[in-house]
Amino acid sequence: MVDIKKITAKNMTDKEFFFGHKACAGCGGSLAVRLAMKVFGEKTFAALPAGCMSAVGFIFPQMAFLNNAIISTFPGTGSMLSGMRAGLDALGFHDTHVVGFAGDGGTADIGLQALSGAIDRRDRIIYICYDNEAYMNTGVQKSGLTPYGTKTTTSPAGKNLSGAVTHKKNLFEIIAAHDIAYAATASVGYPQDYLNKLSKAARVKGTSYIHIYATCPTGWGISTETSVSLAKEAVDCGLWYLAEYENSTFKINRKLTKPELLKEHLLKQGRFKHLKDEDIKVIESERDRKWAQMMEKWG
Amino acid sequence: MLKPEIKNYVTPKHIRDYPTGPSFEAGHLVSINAGWRTFKPVVDINVCTGCYQCYLLCSDGAISKTDNKKIEFDYSFCKGCGVCAHECSFNAISMVKEELAK
Repeated sequence: MVDIKKITAKNMTDKEFFFGHKACAGCGGSLAVRLAMKVFGEKTFAALPAGCMSAVGFIFPQMAFLNNAIISTFPGTGSMLSGMRAGLDALGFHDTHVVGFAGDGGTADIGLQALSGAIDRRDRIIYICYDNEAYMNTGVQKSGLTPYGTKTTTSPAGKNLSGAVTHKKNLFEIIAAHDIAYAATASVGYPQDYLNKLSKAARVKGTSYIHIYATCPTGWGISTETSVSLAKEAVDCGLWYLAEYENSTFKINRKLTKPELLKEHLLKQGRFKHLKDEDIKVIESERDRKWAQMMEKWG
Repeated sequence: MLKPEIKNYVTPKHIRDYPTGPSFEAGHLVSINAGWRTFKPVVDINVCTGCYQCYLLCSDGAISKTDNKKIEFDYSFCKGCGVCAHECSFNAISMVKEELAK
């Protein structure tokens, strides 16, 4: 992998494969799709289940993808990708990529079994989960990847409860437990790291999975211009992490650098505005537990 | 084709005019997104160093590289989110209220 030229902002293709879509201003998910398509190039076949990116890209008669793209069934992204790969191989189009872009709900809840099956078959597909931590497309409902304390329409904050009562599902390790060829986590706040992981995924012979933390100004109650900086801050204060899994080994790409930023980071977001000090303590202790475990096992 | 383009679309008059299958031509756009903006990004070409961070981080791909290693905006598709101005290390981009912009 050493001899492969790094893709950067300066040398990446000028082609835009995901353009003119109707995503909200400052959308992190559409940035994740745009950059991924720029790395994979035009010989890419995409499948998108119900979710923001299919809702904003395929508004008839608009088609914001320049390459082949299709809306899959909500639970069937993984199986659809397997089928597309099999079809392409049968037609002799081996020099192609098959990629799926699903949201956090479409991956961690609804599409989990199809994804698990696709990884089990070891198909040469790339699955990208853009994680905006709730079902944003349908109006901010709690998903399996919604973190503790988040205010959503199905986990409202009030006198009795302060938002979601469960912690974020540990999806990255669930995927890695399949002994997948390549899995990684990324953040739109660290775009170069994401580009490197995409290039790696494009060259993997088996299944690869990238979980990218994608901000959602509309659902998170943040101003649009802070979309990228907040995604960076989430990694710096330890609410998200950059890691990789390949050759059956975990690797942390970035250590926890600014743990003290946590409270400030949370209170910047509308979805966490209601949090009291004791709720922040719960989030902090969960973060510390998670990081201690990661450093011990993977560090 | 470098990116999806605006194409002329004739609204079907009868149900028969709609496509029978759920498929459509790739890269087919029918409307621009300029009306979403309140603030518009304006770049100071003399300050811009051509680092292309804004180009990298634009969700809409509305920034393109120019021949002289600077950037330019596609105002038809910029939604005015302000990420480019916020992330620019050199403060070369400023957000100007739409009606005040020249």
